[in-house]
Amino acid sequence: MAFFLETLLGGLMAGMLYSLVALGFVLIFKASGVFNFAQGAMVLFAALAMARFAEWVPLYLGITNLIVANLLAFVGAGMVMFVVAWVIERLVLRHLVNQEGATLLMATLGITYFLEGLGQTVFGNNIYKIDIGMPKDPVMILESTFEGGILINKEDFYAAIIAAALVALLSVFFQKTATGRALRAVADDHQAAQSIGIPLNRIWVIVWCVAGVVALVAGMIWGSKLGVQFSLTTVALRALPVVILGGLTSVPGAIVGGLIIGVGEKLSEVFLGPYVGGGIEIWFAYVLALGFLLIRPQGLFGEKIIDRV
Amino acid sequence: MSKQIGDVILDVNNISLRFGGVKALTDISFNVREHEIRAIIGPNGAGKSSMLNCINGVYTPQDGNITFRGKTFSHMNPREVAEMGVARTFQNLALFKGMSVIDNIMSGRNLRIKSNLFMQALRVGPAAREEAQHREFVEHIIDFLEIQAHRKTPVGQLPYGLQKRVDLGRALAMEPQVLLLDEPMAGMNVEEKQDMSRFVLDVNDEFGTTVVLIEHDMGVVMDISDRVVVLDYGKKIGDGTPEEVRNNEDVISAYLGTSH
Repeated sequence: MAFFLETLLGGLMAGMLYSLVALGFVLIFKASGVFNFAQGAMVLFAALAMARFAEWVPLYLGITNLIVANLLAFVGAGMVMFVVAWVIERLVLRHLVNQEGATLLMATLGITYFLEGLGQTVFGNNIYKIDIGMPKDPVMILESTFEGGILINKEDFYAAIIAAALVALLSVFFQKTATGRALRAVADDHQAAQSIGIPLNRIWVIVWCVAGVVALVAGMIWGSKLGVQFSLTTVALRALPVVILGGLTSVPGAIVGGLIIGVGEKLSEVFLGPYVGGGIEIWFAYVLALGFLLIRPQGLFGEKIIDRV
Repeated sequence: MSKQIGDVILDVNNISLRFGGVKALTDISFNVREHEIRAIIGPNGAGKSSMLNCINGVYTPQDGNITFRGKTFSHMNPREVAEMGVARTFQNLALFKGMSVIDNIMSGRNLRIKSNLFMQALRVGPAAREEAQHREFVEHIIDFLEIQAHRKTPVGQLPYGLQKRVDLGRALAMEPQVLLLDEPMAGMNVEEKQDMSRFVLDVNDEFGTTVVLIEHDMGVVMDISDRVVVLDYGKKIGDGTPEEVRNNEDVISAYLGTSH
């Protein structure tokens, strides 16, 4: 039982990172109908910026306090992501308004590789570590309930708190502010949103900025756990099944979907793996997503697709 | 009639609109006076919605221009038009379906919200006061349209007739100078049509809002409008009071067909 719970917790932690990446997808898809394949590249780009700024701040500004340096690096990387969002809207999206979904997808594919290349050029292509000073030591909990207790990583615990705080912040932004209301309005109907004077272009910049910040947080947590490297872009591929599972237009869907897939991967690997020879973790998410596509194409929380004939 | 019809507020000059080889509108001119209810009627495919979309900035006509409150423009986008004080409703509802009735109508206040994002999020000081003021205004509209019971309901769940009211409410929240209504009574039953006619008349009467109305239903149009433009195959075939239009030979043949 303790082992099961440990696996479950490990899965939830992994799932949370999927959720964060998927959240970026959902935000952009809702507001602009663009399936942003570049979300993974944005995670990488943000993490690279964060990692390098964290090195450069003590080096060039002489600030050695870890917290202050990291905070500055975070703000710096955030500003880099704002610039990226603005440039993408200005140079790419603005000119592709009302184009086919496939065209937009191809455009974001192009952005993906461009960001990867640019990331290497500007920030170098080594593996970097982000050290935001999270405690790495594991702790035992519930020792009285189970024999041997459950081993959890403090780092995972803090990462979960950061992710939860981000989601809470986003929901306040979306539900309580006039800008959030405008964002939801654009997500529902572009034409009507324009007719009441909501500027589409500005909303798109905002939403890409928000997605950039989400990418930064995801990249920071990931980088602090596993280091920043180019394989990070593939987390976008990991997040695809998540958005299919949760529904492309649903913020709660992205979160729940990520957790389900994280947990499913770990549990199936540990408990089913021995019977089929392992390797389940690699394809589990995709098979689950495929099943959903067949049975419930709108995902768990997506709007039901009704075709009127 | 008690209300005072004012000067020309909106002047449409020689508008022509083509989609490829299809002529949607050919050389259309008409004007709208302040405080009046001006209807655009015509059979299916006559170009009524195209006309409205030109005024609203969704379409850019190839020829002609539009003068609004003394300013002439030939190329506008919908947002600029909204900023100038023109609001619209849609023939096929274009509401924010996932949002509540209140949020939908509040979104119409978008252009009037001044406080910044940070203050809004924290709900402090002027931002809280501002939100409350806008909310009060929106409550008036909700009372006016008699949809108090549905305040918090997601709009997608409301019956069609009520969704049409929310669409109108969102446009009213902009406090527009000119209100463009694209078939506000389409698909309604007699009772719903009467309600909607009453709302349009009341808006015009109480707030002095100028109304430009596209409608299919001749009966409704003749009852509530001050002047009527008739389009057929993208051309203007009649313009005048309901009485004049009713007796216009071209209009009669467009609607009833000619005997040969």
